Order: sequence, then structure tokens, then C-alpha cells
Amino acid sequence: MLTSKTFVKKTKKGNVLKVVREHYLRDDVHCGVRDCSLCKDCPDGPSLDPSPLTHSTLCQYPHFLLPDTNICLHQIDFLEDPSVHNVILTQVVLQEVRNINPGIHRRLRDIVSNKARKFYVFSNEHHKEAYVERRENEGANDRNDRAIRACCQWYNIHLAKGLETTPPPRVILLTNDRENKRRASAAGIESYTVLEYVQSLTVSSHLLDRLATIADGEDSDKSSTRKKVYFPEHLALSVIQRGLKTGKYLQGAFRGSRENYLEGFVSIPSLEKWVLVQGLENMNRAVHDDVVAVELFPESSWTSPCGIIEADLTSNKEEEETDTAQLPAGKTSDPSLVQPTGKVVGIIKRNWRPYCGTLLPLQDMKGFRHTFVPAERRIPRIRIETRQGPNLLGKRIMVSIDAWSRLARFPSGHFVKELGPIGDRETENEVLLLEHDVPHLPFSPAVLKDLPQTPWVITDEEISKRLDLRHLSICSVDPPGCTDIDDALHYRELDNGNVEVGVHIADVSHFIRPKTALDEEASNRGTTVYLAEKRIDMVPELLSSNLCSLRSGEERLAFSVLWEMSPDDAHIVSTRFVKTVIESKESLTYAEAQMKIDDKSLRDDVTTSLRGLNSLAKILKGRRLEAGALTLASPEIRFEIDSETHDPIDLINKELKETNSLVEEFMLLANVSVAEAIYEAFPDCALLRRHPPPPTSNYDILLKAAKGKGFDLIVDSAKSLADSLEMARIPDNEYFNTLLRIMATRCMMQAVYFCSGSITYKEYHHYGLAAPIYTHFTSPIRRYSDIIVHRLLAVSIDSDVTYPLLLDKHHTQQLSNHLNHRHKMAQYAQRSSVSLHTHLFFKEKDKVEDGFVLLVRRNAIQVIIPAYGIEGSIFFDEHGQSALQYDESLLSLTVSGTKFCLFDKVVVRIAVEKKDLQTSKLALCLVSPVISGSNGVESLKAKKKKHK
Amino acid sequence: MADFEYLSPEGLRSDGRRPQELRVLSCNISHCLQADGSAYLQQGNTRVIATVYGPHDVSRRSEAQHDKAFINCQFSMATFSTSERKKRPTGDKSCLETSLALKKTFEAAILTDTYPHSKIDIFVQILQSDGSDKAVSINAITMALIDAGIPMKDYVCATSVTLINDTPIVDLNYFEERGPGPELIVGTLPKSGKIVFLQVNSRLHIDNMEKVLKEGMNGNQRVHTILDTLIKKHLEKSILT
Ligand SMILES: [Zn+2]
Repeated sequence: MLTSKTFVKKTKKGNVLKVVREHYLRDDVHCGVRDCSLCKDCPDGPSLDPSPLTHSTLCQYPHFLLPDTNICLHQIDFLEDPSVHNVILTQVVLQEVRNINPGIHRRLRDIVSNKARKFYVFSNEHHKEAYVERRENEGANDRNDRAIRACCQWYNIHLAKGLETTPPPRVILLTNDRENKRRASAAGIESYTVLEYVQSLTVSSHLLDRLATIADGEDSDKSSTRKKVYFPEHLALSVIQRGLKTGKYLQGAFRGSRENYLEGFVSIPSLEKWVLVQGLENMNRAVHDDVVAVELFPESSWTSPCGIIEADLTSNKEEEETDTAQLPAGKTSDPSLVQPTGKVVGIIKRNWRPYCGTLLPLQDMKGFRHTFVPAERRIPRIRIETRQGPNLLGKRIMVSIDAWSRLARFPSGHFVKELGPIGDRETENEVLLLEHDVPHLPFSPAVLKDLPQTPWVITDEEISKRLDLRHLSICSVDPPGCTDIDDALHYRELDNGNVEVGVHIADVSHFIRPKTALDEEASNRGTTVYLAEKRIDMVPELLSSNLCSLRSGEERLAFSVLWEMSPDDAHIVSTRFVKTVIESKESLTYAEAQMKIDDKSLRDDVTTSLRGLNSLAKILKGRRLEAGALTLASPEIRFEIDSETHDPIDLINKELKETNSLVEEFMLLANVSVAEAIYEAFPDCALLRRHPPPPTSNYDILLKAAKGKGFDLIVDSAKSLADSLEMARIPDNEYFNTLLRIMATRCMMQAVYFCSGSITYKEYHHYGLAAPIYTHFTSPIRRYSDIIVHRLLAVSIDSDVTYPLLLDKHHTQQLSNHLNHRHKMAQYAQRSSVSLHTHLFFKEKDKVEDGFVLLVRRNAIQVIIPAYGIEGSIFFDEHGQSALQYDESLLSLTVSGTKFCLFDKVVVRIAVEKKDLQTSKLALCLVSPVISGSNGVESLKAKKKKHK
Repeated sequence: MADFEYLSPEGLRSDGRRPQELRVLSCNISHCLQADGSAYLQQGNTRVIATVYGPHDVSRRSEAQHDKAFINCQFSMATFSTSERKKRPTGDKSCLETSLALKKTFEAAILTDTYPHSKIDIFVQILQSDGSDKAVSINAITMALIDAGIPMKDYVCATSVTLINDTPIVDLNYFEERGPGPELIVGTLPKSGKIVFLQVNSRLHIDNMEKVLKEGMNGNQRVHTILDTLIKKHLEKSILT
């Protein structure tokens, strides 16, 4: 009920604008406590207990906790702990948290929505009695602190009046701010720091570890003036904003270097090249993924990355001494390698997340202070305090960063949780899923409830709505062991001399309806993630491996693209999209399909279809290549996994057969046809996929590499690149061309999803496929983008209805961004998984293989081993050898008279190197050419390398 | 930056109102003695002045209609009505459009056949704009027409509605109007529920239409109750004095 509507005007001055906003104060905001006699009508039901239990020796009466903004920001792990109940979050705190760190705001909201946690959000800013107005000359922070205290006072009075319990519960203010605490006690409010409160608890002693290690206020800075200052101060946000406007500073995302922890880059949207930041002082506490402000140095002092690969970050050296060492200046003679260089002047937004990693082993693990080594190389080590040191040795753990003071070489953080023993497959998988933000919990009951009932049959009614193609000789061709078959094909001759080709895609959007929990889950997951020995499904298995899988001999619902084509030139006469019911006649592997095509004695329907498709596919491919589509290469390997131990027993290079390309061609064609159709129907909100051409500077390395072997690549268009790549072949080195293509692939940009209304038609272009418009339609079981595309296409042929979000341009663009993130992360996770398994595979083995030099650095060469598709670096010790000569114009490194150039063939030994309990890694040693006195040779016997 | 929170999970809008709550509505009737009818209406910070002249003789022959009165409507915005001071000649294209839409609306509500061969002039000006300008204008004109004693089928009440996270919210202020949701402005004759004004800015999905429209009509019922009370109070006062 709203009885009085007093309003207060708030003035907010921008440049010259005066904005007046109304601000309503209400008397119907509930206090959130059950059984309160003064409050009525709480929207979601009151969540606080009338007489909360207490476990604290400091306050032995029933009480609610009311944290201030900094507690929410820094002690979120404490608040998230399930043992913490009955907490009041005020609107003023939530708003501040939201402005400062949306990620933490989301986590707070998650806690609130979990009813069992008994958190209540008190809308104090619109509460008639608890609202405080900002005083003249009062800072915003002071006003907010006062508002928080006003809430405590209001609650204490209100609870005494409104509750019959004796004694009535009181509110405890949690704050680490001394001034706030002082004022609180002056106003008769009980307040404690989190540490005081947690220490006073008689239960849940584990909470102590979850506390962030934040010193009270600024005191630690003052008291320790003799302490070493490692970093310059960060500029205030207001100064940065002024600087950004004038162009003095630039804003961008900080990217730590994978190769050297003393280097980082800042990607700035307006600059083609990343800004290089060298040295700890210039990086000034920026952590990978933070949004920072950089100041560029004058162009005369721009330089290039130092080119030294920091081999061994995990060694137990005393960094305090050595890390202040500066990098050798980038002695570049080649002006084309010079990059804009600068320093970080301030942090605009931290993007810290919980990190997985291990504790650095110490002589004495019993102490409290430990160093945490993140699994991600680009994250600095983190100092933490924990009482569980001995327990955590040899375990993977998760740690959060709390702060990074100017007086500390490393950021400080706190222990979050233990994941499991190092080297354990489950733990390692968990780590790589967590690190890549892959949602991998089992599907919730709510999601499973949205699945169709089993046994599931296609009703006659459903069949009557669809085109019945069960009589056609449809077959599917997939890799061996594939259980989520989302596409099938058919081919038949028509009476008019043309042929009909059909691509049948599992009709996933029939099962996954908008606005269901199932849909939301699939949308959040975005894609199925294929790890070396398991698959993290986007949709529950009943759909992915059964109802939506177009298995042979089963009647399945499909969304089909049917073309009428002329058989001689694969010209499309007409295209038709239709919902169908099909029955695949055979599920083939690529090899089986190939055998059928090759076996002249076979004359059955499926085989003749395959032959017909094959000849059309060749024409289509030829036409695509003619238009300038790129055939690029990336080493793809697959593991043969032991079915019982789940250990990898063999590595197989994925072999491409003609039939791979057969299926691929028709999928591409279907995607293009569908892209055109949905764009025509929904010019503003079609979900499409584009691949922007790379900026020419991306090709610098490739051009130089090819030039070294006497080839001139032309990169001004995809077509000329494809042609010149085709020409670049060396007779006695077959692998050279593949190497070039691998390098070319790495110059490319990422293909991305986007909403058609967000950019102009010209930008829709797909560079790699040389297609003006493209989308994903053919894998709805494992990609959410395809589900959206299915829905759009279904609407355009009147077989389904729209829903609001489907036609919302902003939403489609947001979804695209989300899916792009998921796909990128899925790819990284896949790669990590492969390298994890490569590692396991070589654990007990010692192999000598041929390799090729893929990259040359100042102190190392990077080698690719085609047999296993693995890459690794071979380091050369500057001190142990007479000289290392690096020539950056030729991209060569001379070690004691032996010169390594790109594409050179080398022989290497692959073995797993194990230093201690914590770390083991895959290492390459040079076998040939033999370098006198090289550590590589020594290591043959010792099986151990020393890098520094 | 996180998106602006237009509606908190606690169910409060950024200015503290609940989704279906109108802003404070007040109205000063008959403030302008020269006019036949006038109203100064305020909904939150949106302030509108409406004046009505007539029915009187047509000024131009072409305006004369043998079976009904001619309605002339002019909508304008004071130069100081928005936070950025802009020159807004009355010939502004969007103002002309609004004028025309308002004319059509009141042609449907006024019993025009009572006054053949005559003319009714309606002038409405936004003095301060803080969202829902058109809806507030309609409410103000209604009050001015009643003050002028011009017979109408019913009050014409109008409200603006948008959708935030699938929840309809009514009587938008400036910030909500500029928000991401589609805006629907609906004017009805509350007793019959007949729609006389309907405008949708940006795309509104058909599935949401019914829900948004329903909330707008509910809003109009509430506007009607308030306007009716205000008129009655005004009449009581004028009888007493
Ligand atoms: Zn209460």
C-alpha cells in the first residue's frame, strides 16, 4: 500500500544538462523478517528468520548481518559460504557493487535467489524512514555509508517494535572501514570487521580461509614506509577519464604474454597493432583480461617483443630478487616489427576471477604464508594465507585475488576450494573446464523435466504436418564412434533429367521450445565441448544421442533442405526448406562410405547416391576454390582411448578422405542457402556468421617465412592467397606446404556470429569460405546458434511461430557475443584437453621423431612434430654456449655455429619431464642436428634439462 | 558497463514506483480565464497546459462542415521543456504529426454533431517534458474540454506502457521511455473500453501486444478515477465560491 508519496528531487549535473528525476519514497517496503507485525505484503515472501541462530561469542543474541559495500566486494567468498545465513543486503550496497563489479553483483544476486540462504534485499533508497538525503558538501561515499548506518538503526528500532520474540534480533554492521565503524558505535550500532566476526564463530572455522586478506584501511601503507615500493601509483579514474578524452591515454584490455611474464599487450580497438608493455613496472599490476589505461611512449622509443621465451615459470627461485631484473631491450633492427609501446597508468576495471592452480612447494608447508601458481601462465603468482598448507600440497586448488598493493611484488588472495589431486584425470578435466568457463554440471531436474516422454514415438498427427521422406535412401556419413548424428543426405534422379539432393538436419527446435529451462540451459552452454575422452553435451543425452540423432533404421524428425540441381554443373534450379520425417538407411563412417564409392561391384541405392553426391561435391568444391575459398591446415589429432582405464593408448592424425569433403560441401551449401533465406525473411534479426579478412599486418610473419624459401605470397585477397599458397611447394619437403598453411591459419581472424541488423551487408562476408553470406544450420545438436537459425527458418516457411526475443535485434546481438565467447572457450578447452592427453600419452614413453621449425625466438625454436601434431619449444642456454645469434630479418637462430631457419627439419626426443610432485611437463630435446655442448644432447642421458 | 536496472528484482523501478503505479497526477482546472476551457496537468515531472476555445464560428469557409464541428488541434513544446534547450518552431514535423493524431482522437470522443458549422480550437503545450508527453497531453486536453463544457462520449484517458524483462510498466518517465523496451501509448474511453489513440514506437512482438495493451487500459482506468475525482472536487469548489 502506498499512502504517502513524498518525493525528493535529485539533481544530476552533466556537462550543461540539468536532469531532474523523481524519487518516490514508500511506506510499503517490507523489512524481510517473517512474522513481522508491522510489515505486510512481501513480494517473494520474507526470507529472514524472526529469531536467527547465533554462533558468535561476540554477539550472543539473535542478529542479522548487514555488510557494507567493501565487504560485499572483497569477501564474496565468505558471503557465498553456505554456513552464512540471515544477511540483509541494502539497495545502496547492491547498487555500488553493481557499478564497481557486475560479476560480484551477479554472484550476490545468485545468493539472494537461493531461498535456503535467507538473504534479503532491503530497498532502503525508496523507504520512507530509512532513506537519507545527501547533505551539502557530503561525498557520495560518506552519504552511502551514512545510509547503511541509517538502515541498521531503522532495523533495530523496527524489529524491537514489530517482533514478539525476546530479545528481538539486532543488526550487526560488518565493515572493515574504521571511520564507518567509529561512527556506527557512536550511533549505537554494533559493528565488527569480518575477521573479528568470523574469529568469534564457534562453528565453521573453515571460513577463516575464505576471508580475503585485506588490511584494515590504508594503514599498512603508512606503517611500513621502509618497505620496498614496487609499483608507481595508479591514476584516479577521473584523471584517466579526462586523459582518455584528450587522447593522452588509451583504453584497452590487457593481455599477458604466454611467452614471457615480463611482457604484456594491450589490445586497443582503434589501433591495428597491440600496444606492447614491457617490464613489471610498466605493466603496473595489470592482470590478464583487466581493462586498463595505457600511455604510449614517444615513437622513438617504441620497440618489439623481446623474443625470449621464459621457459620455466614453475621453478622455485627467489623472485623477490631476480624479478626486478629488466628485460633485455628489444634489439630490433627491422622497423616492420616495431610495435606501439607504452605503460599502464591505471586500471579501469579488474576482471579477476577465481583461478585454478597449485601451491608452490616450500621446505616448510606448515606456515601460513604460501605462494599460489596459477595454471594459466598469463596470471601472476598469488600470495595466500592458509592453515591447510600441508594438505594442499599435490592438489589442484582454486584461489581468488583480493588486492595488489604497490608494496607487494605479487597480488594477495585467498583460498577458495580444493579441486583434487594433481595428475588425476577427473581433477585435471575439472581444472580445464573451470579455467575455460565451460558449464559442465549435470543437467538440473528442471531441465530434464522439459525432455519428451520415453518411449517416444512420432504421432500420426506429427507426420501429417510434415513431408514424409521415409521411403528415400537417406544415409549419414560421420567420423567413427559418432553418436550425435545431426546430418544425413540423399540423392535421387528426377524424371526431368535433373537430380534432387537433400540435406536432412535433426529437428532439434521441435524438442527445444523457447522459454523452457531446457532452452535456457542450451543457450547458456552454447555449444557441445569435445574433450579428448569425453563430451560435455549442450543438450541432455536423450536428445543428443537418441531422439535427435539421425541413426539408421530409426524414424526421426528432420528439417530438410532440398535442392533440384542439374547433374552436370551442380547448378541449383530450386531450393526448398521443409520439415520432414525420415528414416536413415545407413550410418556410415567416412572410411566405409569411401569403400562403397570405390567398390565397383556395389550397385545399391545408397552407394549410387553417394557416387552422385561425390561427383556434385567435386564440382561445388572446385567452384568454391575458384572463388577464393581457403584450404587451411591445422594439425588435428585424435586419441585412441583405452575403454577401461581411459588412458590414451594411441595418437592418430586425423586423416581426411574424399568423403569428408563430400559431406562438408553439402553442409556448406545448406548453410549458405539457409543464410540467404533467413536474411531475406528477417533482414534485421537474422543470426549469421561472418569471417572478417585479417589486417594485412597479420601476414607479416607468413610473408617473411615464405620469402626465406624464395616464395612470394600475395595476400591482397583470399583468392590470390589461396593461389599463391598452392604454388608454394618444395619438391623434397612435402610438409613445407602444410607448414605454410598452418602458419596462414594462424594469421586469420576468428569467425564470429552476429545479428544481421547490427552491421552493413558488405561486412557479412565470410573470408575463409569466400561466401558473401553464411550461417550455421547443420549442427543444432551441438551448437545453439543453429537452433536459433532453425527457428528463424521455420518461421519463414510458416511451420512455427515467433516469440519476442527471436525478433529482438539487441538480444540476438547479445546472444551472438555470448556464443562467440563460448565457442572460443570451447576451442581452448579442446586444445588443453589434447595437450593434457598428449602428456598422459608420453608419460611412460620416450620417442624420437622428425620435427620442423615453426617459429624462431631469441633463445628458443618452436618445433612441430607432424606425427603427433604436437608443438613445443627447444631452449638454448645463453650462458652455456658460445653465442646465440638471432637474425630477425631472416628469422634464424644460430647456436654454436648451427643455424636454425624456419621449416628446417630436426629430430627431437619427446619425453615427460618431471621435476617434483607438483610439476611435470612435456619436453622436447634436440637429437639432430647435434650441437656441441648443447644441453639438448646431454639431456638424452640425464633426461633432464636445465634451462637457467 | 552493466545495463541500467530499470526494474529491480525487488519489483521497484528506478524512481521507486512499482510496475503498475502511476506518477503523482495533479491538475489545475480553469486557470486561464480568457479561454473557454483550460487545464494545467502534471504527471510527475511532465507538465502540460491545454486550452480550448469554442465552439465558435469557423474562421475560414473551407473549415465549415454542415453536419459537425471542425476540430483544430495544435501540439507544441516549449523551448525550455527539455533539458537541452532547443529551438522548436511549432512547425516541427513530429509536432505536426502529434497534432494530427490528437485531432483524430478527439474527433472520435467529442460529440461533434452537436455543433455543425462551428469550430473547436485545442491548444496543448508541453511545459516540461519527462516522458509520456503524448499521454499526458491527452489527459490534459480531456480536462480542458470538460472545463469548456464541450459534450463528449466519455473521458479520454491515456497511458504509456513498456516491457522490462517481460513485466509491463506504465506511465514511463524520460529514462524509461529511452530504455530498450518498445513503447506503447494507448488512449481509451474508459467506460466502453474503446481505443481512440494507439501508437507503438519500435517493434513490439505480437505475443506481448495483449499483455501490454491490457496494462495500458488498466492504467487508463486508474487515470480515469483520478481525473473524475479532480473534476468533482473542482466543481464542488466552484459551486461553493
Ligand atoms: Zn517489518
